[in-house]
Amino acid sequence: MSTTPMSAEPAAAYRDDKRHWWWLPLFVALSPVLGVYLAATTGQKLWLWITPILWYVALPVADWLVGRDTRNPPDAAVPSLESDRYYKFLVYASIPLFYVTWIVGAWAVATQDYGWAGYLGVSLSVALTNGLALVVGHEVGHKTGRFEKRLAQIVLAVPAYGHFSAEHNRGHHKDVATPDDPASSRFGESLYAFVLREIPGALGRAWRDEKVRLARSGKGPWSLSNELLQSFAITAVLYGSALALLGPVIIPFLLISTFWGWQFLSTSNYIEHYGLLRQKLPDGRFERCRPEHSWNADHIVSNLMLYHLQRHSDHHARPTRCYQALRSDKAPELPSGYPLCFTLTYFPPLWRAVMDKRVLAVYGGDITRVNIQPSKREQILARYGAGRQTATGV
Amino acid sequence: MKKWRCLVCDFVYDEQLGLPDEDIPAGTRWQDVPESWTCRDCGAPKSDFLMVEV
Repeated sequence: MSTTPMSAEPAAAYRDDKRHWWWLPLFVALSPVLGVYLAATTGQKLWLWITPILWYVALPVADWLVGRDTRNPPDAAVPSLESDRYYKFLVYASIPLFYVTWIVGAWAVATQDYGWAGYLGVSLSVALTNGLALVVGHEVGHKTGRFEKRLAQIVLAVPAYGHFSAEHNRGHHKDVATPDDPASSRFGESLYAFVLREIPGALGRAWRDEKVRLARSGKGPWSLSNELLQSFAITAVLYGSALALLGPVIIPFLLISTFWGWQFLSTSNYIEHYGLLRQKLPDGRFERCRPEHSWNADHIVSNLMLYHLQRHSDHHARPTRCYQALRSDKAPELPSGYPLCFTLTYFPPLWRAVMDKRVLAVYGGDITRVNIQPSKREQILARYGAGRQTATGV
Repeated sequence: MKKWRCLVCDFVYDEQLGLPDEDIPAGTRWQDVPESWTCRDCGAPKSDFLMVEV
């Protein structure tokens, strides 16, 4: 399929082919509940693994079968597409579903006799919907209205990641694809090293930025106006009530669904900017963020599940653009959608075998222009020394 | 002379300073900054900035 974005068609003729498919993530958000229901009615406990099977097996196959879509809405059609409330409604409607799924999951592991494998399946299923809750929190947290910012706090409370909006908007978008960003992965950095750098780094940056914001109105960080603490308070009520009502049997569920949900976010971040670097300007600032500072994936099915998050290059170039209007841009391309990329990242040598040559191709083989893991810098420079060119195209 | 803050990333545009390296001379009022200009830190469009007190 062509990788050239098509945007020349007239606005009047444009029809969003994906319009009715944007219901898909809502079904995915409820999939663990479906699994619990089907396990109860059929007696087949494999249904408890429905969401991990969907994410790690079915979606990579669907991406491969259905393929990619580089079609873009024409510029003239974007304003009406963005103001169409249908798309907003779908995102808002998903938010209570994450609560329903989380509560049903906690109830199921506490009251049903699943054995450890079924318990783990439900916990990982909810972990993945927690990951999807983070994607929804990302979408609404980027909007500038007060109502949507509140919705982001509410949905981000489910995966216990209330600091995401502050961290992402005021931190990651400013520092993306620079060595200063804990949420941009470096060439040679394994997923595991990245997760250990990103999770604490993101929390610290969010807290510092929130402190600065509160100081503008003369408040200290330990204030009721602290948006991080507001979201964490919702998490505390949700987790605390579940623990009080269902007992300590849900502790492993809480740990697995929360930390694997965070892993979903971290792995997405790892994939989105691996090795890419904004070059430093003579005045010491980094060049502006452009589409080539993020990896793009146009795989249709995974993009539907992730609200076009994989059209990440356009998202960073235009961060307030709504998901339905995100464009396939002239950007470096991932070999597949995120679901398959996730599995590649879990095996660092596999990920590097696939991606390192792609990073080098973005910079014409010039390793000095790449965002390199500092601890491996000498070794990587020696291996891909200046002057050595790669012919691999992206 | 006023200052404007990006609602996405908190970047501040100061009319007094302008952005000379982006061909926006010192003293350029916010309304005279081209509509096509986007936040230098995060890329948000002009419509996403709010005025803040000087």
